[in-house]
Amino acid sequence: MPPISTERDLRLDLFRGLALWLIFLDHIPSNAVSWITIRNYGFSDATEIFVFISGYTAAFVYGRGMRDHGLIVAGARILKRVWQIYVAHVFLFAIYLAEISYIAQSFDNPLYSEEMGILDFLKQPDVTILQALLLKFKPVNMDVLPLYIVLLLGFAPALWLLLRSPSIALGASALLYALMWQFEWNIPAYPGGHWIFNPFAWQLLFVFGAWCALGGAQRLARWLNSPVVVGLAVAYLLFCFGIVMTWHVPRLGVFVPKLVSDLIYPIDKTNLDVLRIAHFLSLAVITVWLVPRDWPALKSRIFWPTIVCGQHSLKIFCLGVFLSFAAHFVFTEISNRVPVQIIVSLTGIAVMVAAAAVVSWYKRIERGGPGPRPPAHKPSYAGGGA
Amino acid sequence: MRLLRLLLPAVLLAAGPALAEHPAECRVAENQIENDFPLPRVTAALANKRLDILVMGAGSSALPGADGANKAYPARLQSVLAEKLPGVTIKVTADVKSGRTAPDAFKAISASLAASKPALTIWQAGTVDAMRAVELDVFSAALDKGVETAHAAGSDVILINAQYSPRTESIIALGIYADNMRWVALQREIPLFDRFSIMKLWAELGTFDFMAITKKLDTAERVHDCIARLLADLIVEGAKPVAPPPDGKR
Repeated sequence: MPPISTERDLRLDLFRGLALWLIFLDHIPSNAVSWITIRNYGFSDATEIFVFISGYTAAFVYGRGMRDHGLIVAGARILKRVWQIYVAHVFLFAIYLAEISYIAQSFDNPLYSEEMGILDFLKQPDVTILQALLLKFKPVNMDVLPLYIVLLLGFAPALWLLLRSPSIALGASALLYALMWQFEWNIPAYPGGHWIFNPFAWQLLFVFGAWCALGGAQRLARWLNSPVVVGLAVAYLLFCFGIVMTWHVPRLGVFVPKLVSDLIYPIDKTNLDVLRIAHFLSLAVITVWLVPRDWPALKSRIFWPTIVCGQHSLKIFCLGVFLSFAAHFVFTEISNRVPVQIIVSLTGIAVMVAAAAVVSWYKRIERGGPGPRPPAHKPSYAGGGA
Repeated sequence: MRLLRLLLPAVLLAAGPALAEHPAECRVAENQIENDFPLPRVTAALANKRLDILVMGAGSSALPGADGANKAYPARLQSVLAEKLPGVTIKVTADVKSGRTAPDAFKAISASLAASKPALTIWQAGTVDAMRAVELDVFSAALDKGVETAHAAGSDVILINAQYSPRTESIIALGIYADNMRWVALQREIPLFDRFSIMKLWAELGTFDFMAITKKLDTAERVHDCIARLLADLIVEGAKPVAPPPDGKR
């Protein structure tokens, strides 16, 4: 069995915190500040970072538990986590219902007679709410937690295999990804269609994160530092940047040869397009190359606000979804001028940091150690919430 | 990017001589009309002094009320183009149905093309597809095949994306559908009329108030009029015979 590193890698918390901020900014519709987020400059977005790091930390947190106490105990802990995430999702749905009910009461404009049809589902709350509890009806921006629930539900057997034979486990995950593309597997959604984030596709990134946590990262280290790999990553990121610019500036579109556009479009987010994976991996290669694990700045105060958010990801994610609703409310009811958008975005991030600090403080007073894991674990290997 | 877009209209207002014919409220979004793809079938139709246009659309291509059909952008487009292109007979046929998805419109497109024999098809999509969460690959495939069908029937195509609707923005996920429309347009090398960005710019500049809670039609009519004017500019520009660029691209 591979050794499980006991020292906390602060880079994980840092980049997960960053991903949570970016997800918050991207979730606010028509937000001027969201032009800084990575999805405007390449194919992948913060979701990839979030899923990968969540897989990494899940292996970190539950891996040792499984090795010391076996499949049953670790599996039970994972299920407990699944339940917490489900409850969080239902809580967010309640907030969403409050928001949409408010809009339904106040919205009337002949320009938008078509758009107002979206409120029709309120006419049959019996069906809608039940479908939401079954995770089939998922409003805009509420797709990540259901994905996370499904990924964790399948995680106990995946982890069991990862601990015994990491290569076979990763191969099985890639095979599932390939089969998903071949047979178009996905989970049905309500009122129609399928899940926006196909778990059969996104599991690859989650399992890859777990694989990296369980010794894979060390095995890759030799490759990651090679100038060829870094060069390829930079070249690919530049290519993606060029393509994405043609979306922002359509006039540039004529410079993309038809052969290339036939090859790349559409870039499938639902099924985690290979181009998106490659973009995420390129970003990861550059990041690992630029930010070494023992970089002293990771312990400085500058990065503390991001790291503390990354250490309490579930709570801060949910808060972020709530705050993005609230921000949209401010834009529609008060003002959506650009300065207001900037202030609202910064305020939202400040609230996320403050909340994360309070959660940390609660953890400390409850058991006198950092990290959000229950006391059954040794504090030394707490890697942040999975 | 966005700041650039905010600053550009001011520059263009000072600079654009050809733009002066439209009301100022339409003109501020003029720089959003970016297109380098030609409309050769429209060029040919204009040479023959007759331009037939088919609008395939859903609810946001229409306005309610008794006079709605005359005030919505398809009818306005006909009037504006007639003014811009004296001597050319312009006929705009609107095949508009509320609640129609892109796959539904694709099913209807062959019959509509056969009935009106247009040199240009303007296809508005995206809103209903996002509301009903039509599968993205089905959505893209419908647009792509629709463009192919129209081209085969001798018609150029312009795609129009969803309206900007601030109040429903957090409950209708338009973004990914807009992206897929952009990709179909780039792949097929046809113009995309970016109605979403145009309306958003108007909202940012305070040109129109899209937040208003009202039953009155005046703003809606002005918006449709501006959409028609900007669309007419795009058509006329796209139909200009193109000289090949010096570096031989395209």
